[in-house]
Amino acid sequence: MKKNGLLLALFSAFVFSAFAGGYEPGDKATDFSLKNIDGTYVSLSDYDEAEGFIVIFTCNHCPYAVKYEDRIIALDKKYKDKGYPVIAINPNDPEVQPEDSFSNMKKRAAEKGFTFPYLFDESQEIYPQYGATKTPHVFLLEKVASDYIVRYIGAIDDNYKSASAVETHYVEDAVEALMAGEEPSVTSTKAIGCTIKTK
Amino acid sequence: MIDREGLEPYLTSDSDTTYLINFWATWCKPCVEEMPDFIKLNDELKGKAFKMVLISLDFPSQIESRLKPYIAENDIEAEIVVLDDPNSNAWIPLVSDEWSGAIPATLLYNREKRSFYEQKLDYKKLKEIVKHYIKF
Repeated sequence: MKKNGLLLALFSAFVFSAFAGGYEPGDKATDFSLKNIDGTYVSLSDYDEAEGFIVIFTCNHCPYAVKYEDRIIALDKKYKDKGYPVIAINPNDPEVQPEDSFSNMKKRAAEKGFTFPYLFDESQEIYPQYGATKTPHVFLLEKVASDYIVRYIGAIDDNYKSASAVETHYVEDAVEALMAGEEPSVTSTKAIGCTIKTK
Repeated sequence: MIDREGLEPYLTSDSDTTYLINFWATWCKPCVEEMPDFIKLNDELKGKAFKMVLISLDFPSQIESRLKPYIAENDIEAEIVVLDDPNSNAWIPLVSDEWSGAIPATLLYNREKRSFYEQKLDYKKLKEIVKHYIKF
């Protein structure tokens, strides 16, 4: 029994550590070069004027991601000109989830009129570094000298079902705090999302 | 149909029973893929001090169109509840501090200990983890 307990403890520690990777608020985030739906490659360093970025791991197929599409467009429209553009990244392997293929990304972006880059993490090397586990999953970055510092991780707001029923706009509040030169009061939240699809 | 308050009683117990709580939805591919293994395990543990509860995150509009047909087609005997509480930041930590919110997710507990898995589980793995709780 004692042995079983120890094995369980070791096993739990393994499972926990296997999923505990990724950034926490305050960490430096990596830049990347990922293919956009227009065929160009996009990096954070391309944006000379940006004060930071609203990086959102999202996709086509996930019902939660779909519920947030209009709100992601609204975030970009509201904050792009203020120095915080949205960068959307699809982290899913389309062989596992065909709705999230590159051609379907282009299609969905056109249908919805995405105003922001919609990038494809084709080699699936970027999302594990960030520690994204699901879609949608937000990482708000602030540009500090040549670094990108993670300031907020989590949900867009507190109501996936209805934009009009939202009580706390986590991302907007965090961006507003950064623009005012303050620390966001909430630096991480949890939200239900669709697991990132890998083989 | 439950909200956060309704969820809480499913997360702890003082009884001798081992509880397996699975968070899923019919539109979630890995959830549906692992479901036959969960059903198989539940059948195998019939008569033991074991209870499986499937907490569906299907949207209310999908209950008639998707969830009920899925339950009927797959002949699911486990208790199924629909969790409809859009402020998930308020209830995810009640399930586990380790949970980022991705589904499928599975919580296993008895009155002494608990384990949490934010991943898809197959039959072999499921059996291995449940054996830490109940002999079969």
